[in-house]
Amino acid sequence: MALALIRLLPWRQPKPHCLFPFSLNPTKTHFLFHLRHCQASTSSPKTLILTQDERSNGSLSAEREAIVGSGTIAAIVTSLGGGPAAVGIVRLSGPTAVAVAGQVFRPVKRVKEEGGCVAWRPKSHFVEYGYVLDNDGNVIDEVLAVPMLAPRSYTREDVVELQCHGNDVCLHRVLRACLEAGATLAEPGEFTLRAFLNGRLDLSQAENIARLISAKSAAAADSALAGIQGGFSSLVKSLRIQCIELLTELEARLDFEDELPPLCLPSLIDKISVMQRDLQDALDTANYDKLLQSGLQIAIIGRPNVGKSSLLNAWSKSERAIVTEIAGTTRDVVEANVSIHGIPATLLDTAGIRETDDIVEKIGVKRSEAAALAADVIIMAISAVDGWSEEDAKLIEHIVMSQKSANQAMTAPMILVINKDDRKPKDLLISFEEICSGLFKKVVRTCALTGAGISELEKAVLEVRGLEPISSAGRKWTVNQRQFEQLLRAQEAFVRLHTSIEEQLPMDFWTIDLREAALALGQISGDDISEEVLTSIFSKFCIGK
Amino acid sequence: MASATPRLLSSLFTPLRLTYPIHAIRTSHRSRTLSFLSFNLRRPNGRLRTVSSFASNGTNGMERMGQKDEERYDVIVVGGGHAGCEAALASARLGARTLLLTLNLDRIAWQPCNPAVGGPAKSQLVHEVDALGGEIGKMADRCYLQKRVLNLSKGPAVRALRAQTDKREYAMEMKKVVESNSNLFIREAMVTEVLIGKNDNIQGVRTFFGMDFFAPSVVLTTGTFMSGKIWVGRASMPAGRAGESASLGLTENLQSLGFETDRLKTGTPARVDCRSIDFSGLEPQYGDDEVSWFSFDPECHIEREQMCCYLTRTTSETHKLISDNLNETPTYGGWVDAKGPRYCPSIEDKIVRFRDKESHQIFLEPEGRTVPELYVQGFSTGLPERLQLALLRTLPGLENCVMLRPAYAVEYDFLPAYQCSRSLMTKKIEGLFFSGQINGTTGYEEAAAQGIISGINAARHSERKPLIVLERESSYIGTLIDDLVTKDLREPYRMLTSRSEHRLLLRADNADSRLTPLGREIGLIDDRRWELYQSKQLRIKEEKERLKNVRVSGGEFAAEVTTVSGQPVRDHTTLESILKKPHVQYKLLDKHGFGNENLSRCEKDCVEIDIKYAGFIMRQQSHLQQIVNQEHKRLPEDLDYYSMTTLSHESREKLSKVRPQTIGQASRIGGVSPADITALLIWVESNRRKANQRTQQELLRSGATDNHMAASSPTDSVVQATAI
Repeated sequence: MALALIRLLPWRQPKPHCLFPFSLNPTKTHFLFHLRHCQASTSSPKTLILTQDERSNGSLSAEREAIVGSGTIAAIVTSLGGGPAAVGIVRLSGPTAVAVAGQVFRPVKRVKEEGGCVAWRPKSHFVEYGYVLDNDGNVIDEVLAVPMLAPRSYTREDVVELQCHGNDVCLHRVLRACLEAGATLAEPGEFTLRAFLNGRLDLSQAENIARLISAKSAAAADSALAGIQGGFSSLVKSLRIQCIELLTELEARLDFEDELPPLCLPSLIDKISVMQRDLQDALDTANYDKLLQSGLQIAIIGRPNVGKSSLLNAWSKSERAIVTEIAGTTRDVVEANVSIHGIPATLLDTAGIRETDDIVEKIGVKRSEAAALAADVIIMAISAVDGWSEEDAKLIEHIVMSQKSANQAMTAPMILVINKDDRKPKDLLISFEEICSGLFKKVVRTCALTGAGISELEKAVLEVRGLEPISSAGRKWTVNQRQFEQLLRAQEAFVRLHTSIEEQLPMDFWTIDLREAALALGQISGDDISEEVLTSIFSKFCIGK
Repeated sequence: MASATPRLLSSLFTPLRLTYPIHAIRTSHRSRTLSFLSFNLRRPNGRLRTVSSFASNGTNGMERMGQKDEERYDVIVVGGGHAGCEAALASARLGARTLLLTLNLDRIAWQPCNPAVGGPAKSQLVHEVDALGGEIGKMADRCYLQKRVLNLSKGPAVRALRAQTDKREYAMEMKKVVESNSNLFIREAMVTEVLIGKNDNIQGVRTFFGMDFFAPSVVLTTGTFMSGKIWVGRASMPAGRAGESASLGLTENLQSLGFETDRLKTGTPARVDCRSIDFSGLEPQYGDDEVSWFSFDPECHIEREQMCCYLTRTTSETHKLISDNLNETPTYGGWVDAKGPRYCPSIEDKIVRFRDKESHQIFLEPEGRTVPELYVQGFSTGLPERLQLALLRTLPGLENCVMLRPAYAVEYDFLPAYQCSRSLMTKKIEGLFFSGQINGTTGYEEAAAQGIISGINAARHSERKPLIVLERESSYIGTLIDDLVTKDLREPYRMLTSRSEHRLLLRADNADSRLTPLGREIGLIDDRRWELYQSKQLRIKEEKERLKNVRVSGGEFAAEVTTVSGQPVRDHTTLESILKKPHVQYKLLDKHGFGNENLSRCEKDCVEIDIKYAGFIMRQQSHLQQIVNQEHKRLPEDLDYYSMTTLSHESREKLSKVRPQTIGQASRIGGVSPADITALLIWVESNRRKANQRTQQELLRSGATDNHMAASSPTDSVVQATAI
């Protein structure tokens, strides 16, 4: 009887709001997530259970309120490309918005008072003046930070708005700093979506948002399908495939240990370091910041008297360099500053390179070579009058040789400029493109006298450096920005992977960051990596009982 | 075996139970009621008391049984395989009067294929089932022939225990356990129909011989038996397994209820007589010297003598024989379309698809201590029997082998699992649960994992308690079920470590600290197990604390740590930071007297893992937290996806089919894009607000007329309705 009662007691006294009405260990109940399900009144309510490892000390905080879309997002919320505006705004929203902002933002007051090393603890709706800094601590822009803490903000999450100068380049640099500090790039309409999901906005607006978002993501998907992404898309794709391949090798060993040949670890590690280098190169190329600080160094080289100095003058709209008909007029490196679509650049006019006995000219030639070696972009000028000559071929060979001997990891991209385009002989229409396509990334025809072709040259410079001009339409730029973020996240994963390998952690730990890199490099966030890896395993290895 | 307080009874009477004459359990068809009564009366007094407790709970008292000429239970489990046993035991242990119906009482928990339990990912399932209070881990620990830990150096999350088992002993032991539970009744029967009530709720099952058994919860675990058909070469016959008849009629019955069925195929290799094998030239594979265990219950940790497996390889003759006879195989001969699972290709598949490989590994595994049968792993084939022996004899060591059973393939009906929700209850029929191969899985471990969940939920359903769903991120069990009901599967589903996104958190060593508290709350972990569990956790916690505080300087220990790890040891370093260094194991602490002798090997492993990988584990946890925030938002079950014009057509269709329970589950359905998820979120939020508005208006209206009504909000009444 008593036993029967015991049996009946615990389970037969259901209390509303409690799925386990009675707990055998009342003190321990907190580690079970009881995702309570009260809204649906259908026949069988279900208890969803996410159990937690009781042993782990870092607790999955059940207390923390679940927030819709938990990441912190960032975006430029003022319009871009519509001509210079006085002010532009970068908005951060999400649980770590303040932390992210705190990493990039230094209030002026704080720097004076405490040395700027304390976490930023802003007062809500209290404007602070300060600077945005990049990773290395360099000032990017002078800004006003407007913190709006939850729930008193547009999205009802913590929001920080950084009011920057209206210059597009400034805004992009600030945004990138935020991304590097851990924010993710907001999807189109995501701020509004969050506002709505967190209980703001009128109900009637909901459908409009939904339409807007589906239209925008459809457009994005279209552009992805059409393959008009440009930029680093092929690199992103190939890196992702390589990640999946490495995962295949590793995971196959984990699931089918005794059926596979042992793994060749050194070659795997080699592959990983090569991938990491590729990533780093791409990021360096893509990195506006570095270039924005120092500007691009563009060396103009060529035989004497092909119009290098005229080109410099035309480009910089000045009479910086002395121009004469006499070959070898320029004896030293002449500098001129220009701005290419907002990116500062230094043009270096060099002495014409030739065999010479003149001591001064000899030094000039040496300097020309040195300038070419240090430049970010090399412009090789030839004259349309003479066409591609033996000397040109010799010269470029010489430059390439010296580049190699200097053992530079990355040689500067070269552009061929065919100057004096107006004076080209009618019959000389041989394609320079064919002659030197391997060496030069771009071929541009200019006329230094009229200034024709200069803007094409500017475009070419940006393109070879991977600095796509910021188009006003924004889509292309957005794609680039996404790719930058993908590369950034992948790079972070690779850095961690590298540490895991160095610390000699077991193989399984490598898969964690490889998986993250593959996820970061994915086209669409919903990619099913597990299935892809499995398919790859089964097609590659002979497995099975 | 016993769980919670009331079940103490059954453990008390277990010894008596074994002395029952077998015929006492048999009931005659003529007078069911009478024989049932006499059956109870013949039992010792203790049993009567248990039975009377059932009478008192009202739902199935003996009075009613006397009035109506029928048998009533709380839960009926159809099928006595690995899913069925686990389901029946869980249900019975939770106090539900459970009936287990099986085609053949002598084939309880039979291992028709690989005589092994565990392996990568599968072992995690076994540990988890055990942590919840299931049986499979204990059985494997009790009946092992050999044990090995795989992936030992590849990380704590992928370390996997595999046991070769004695398949006859396994079946017998499981039968004993099943027979000794006082709430569990076993009967041979072929179920041909499920009985449905007015509200699309299950009422019971009907058998081939016309018996009706009634229960508010029914679990179907039909394995390969539902319309099963076996093939050897071109010859086929209806059978669930070689030598056992198929179960016919149930498929048609389920189809008539609107269930979609489909067909899967799997196979098993030949068995050879070990006495006819020349082992001298074969590479032996021994078990581990230090045996590991599946079960967290130390009572099962009894070491036994281990047997040896052997490794042989296919030869050029093997490959030639197969190539010459490809047209004799079902796939290449073209008389069977169904493709086998990718991870289980036939030897002809391996040879055709991987032409460059000159040789494939073949493992010879013993099937028991007392039988001569050897399982030829890696050698399943669809070739006709006359060629099979010749093929076996091309393998080194098997030149003169005697074949005991031919390899065969089996084709069977399954029900694509999107028809189940994650509680494993079908969406169509309330109270009907599916588990095991009927859901499209393969493997004993996968079956057991589903079995315990469906058993728990069947019992809870019969008591009108909320059902339990393990989230994907909680466990391999959760991952398995989430995959089954969400993804479109085209081959038998096998658990693999790569299917789990958070496997670092779902390790074998922490299966107990993840799931035993839940098992306790559900009622499957008895006081003894619970105390063992708690003291283990306490020891681990204290040891971690100790390692944090004990500091060492220099000496032999520091020197050896430096050699092992390649890192210097600073003075006054804590043992904790020493343990964090690469390649330093707890054993090294033991060796130099810095270990703690009160801890078992297992517990030391736990301490080592917790400390060594703390950083990674923390990171994964915060990752998980994000997912919890994003994905665990519930979706109402009655959403009309077709009316949501903002969704793509494909996802409207897929979502209506799967009816996901959470946003996360929805996002895992193939063809549902992130944009669709956003649209779904907006839709749900709009609906919530509309409902809120209505509520407020109603409140205002009713408040105007009656102040009393306003006191209880409608949401509350919903909760009450669901909780009772």
